[in-house]
Amino acid sequence: MEKHVVVIYPHPDDESFGAAGTIAKFREQGVPVTYLCGSLGEMGRNMGNPTFANRETLPEIRKKELIEACKILDMELVMLGYRDKTLEYEDRNEVAVHLKGIIEEIEPSLVITHYPEHGVHPDHNALGAAAVEAVRLMEPEKRPTVWAQAITNTHIEELGNPEVINDVRDNFDKKMDAILCHQSQANGVIRSWNQSEGLDNDLKEEAKKRLGYESFYIWKY
Amino acid sequence: MKPIELDKVQEKLESFIDKDVYVHLETTNGAYASHVNAKAYNVGVYIRNAKVRFNQAKIVGEGKSYRAGLKMEIGWIYAEGLTDWEIFEGEKLLMAGHDREGRLMVALQISETPFNY
Repeated sequence: MEKHVVVIYPHPDDESFGAAGTIAKFREQGVPVTYLCGSLGEMGRNMGNPTFANRETLPEIRKKELIEACKILDMELVMLGYRDKTLEYEDRNEVAVHLKGIIEEIEPSLVITHYPEHGVHPDHNALGAAAVEAVRLMEPEKRPTVWAQAITNTHIEELGNPEVINDVRDNFDKKMDAILCHQSQANGVIRSWNQSEGLDNDLKEEAKKRLGYESFYIWKY
Repeated sequence: MKPIELDKVQEKLESFIDKDVYVHLETTNGAYASHVNAKAYNVGVYIRNAKVRFNQAKIVGEGKSYRAGLKMEIGWIYAEGLTDWEIFEGEKLLMAGHDREGRLMVALQISETPFNY
């Protein structure tokens, strides 16, 4: 059993879309989970549908949504204070050292993050790379296991099959509840997957098709 | 935000003329554009808290979509595709263009005090 799990993603809602089912399973086993959330998603373009946010109000709205989602998933939240869409321009080593300090304090047995270069969003790639680097900087015997999540369309072709595949369909309501905490984002994100006109309005079914499995590669140092 | 009212926005734009103001200018089609559609390109531009001074300002357009241009001593700033506006915190002029799903495509914001960063 894991001792403590640390999840490192850059945006409010990455945890819910990407790993809510996995997080919920750890919490059911009594494993503490801490989310290090990189930014407040300040630059999101989804403003709710119909819109209720604007560029200036979005950060506070997303912060509240993030806190709600973490309550649903029953995990601790640490906000890292970077700005959305700027993580790749930060000094990689500085971010890694920042993360390493927090990881060394929590002493998790497992870290979950994005797979560098397979995160699609530049922030996913940058924070994933910094997280992988943070663990690499630790004493080898003190390093937690790292699960890296790849979401590019080409990841299986390029990396092979992920070692960890969690079927989270049996507890999908919990994941959906977490996703729906992100009221300003959820609807727009789910709709964006299906570009064709006349999409069936059942967001939950659409989400289940896409998000019923959460898979991760085990990082090799 | 609410649909742009030409006269009111024009009046607010003119209130900033010949003052040092902070500008937020942005356009984006999202970080996932080419992920969800292989034929699309990811394009975006972002400037926050550029300190500028302009001596002319005009918003132009009919009906739903507007363009706003600011003439500076040695240059221009403009944004196209603006649909909505709002006065934020009593003094900041926010203008944005949203697509039919309510997603922000373009924003031009002007304020006498800096935007949060």
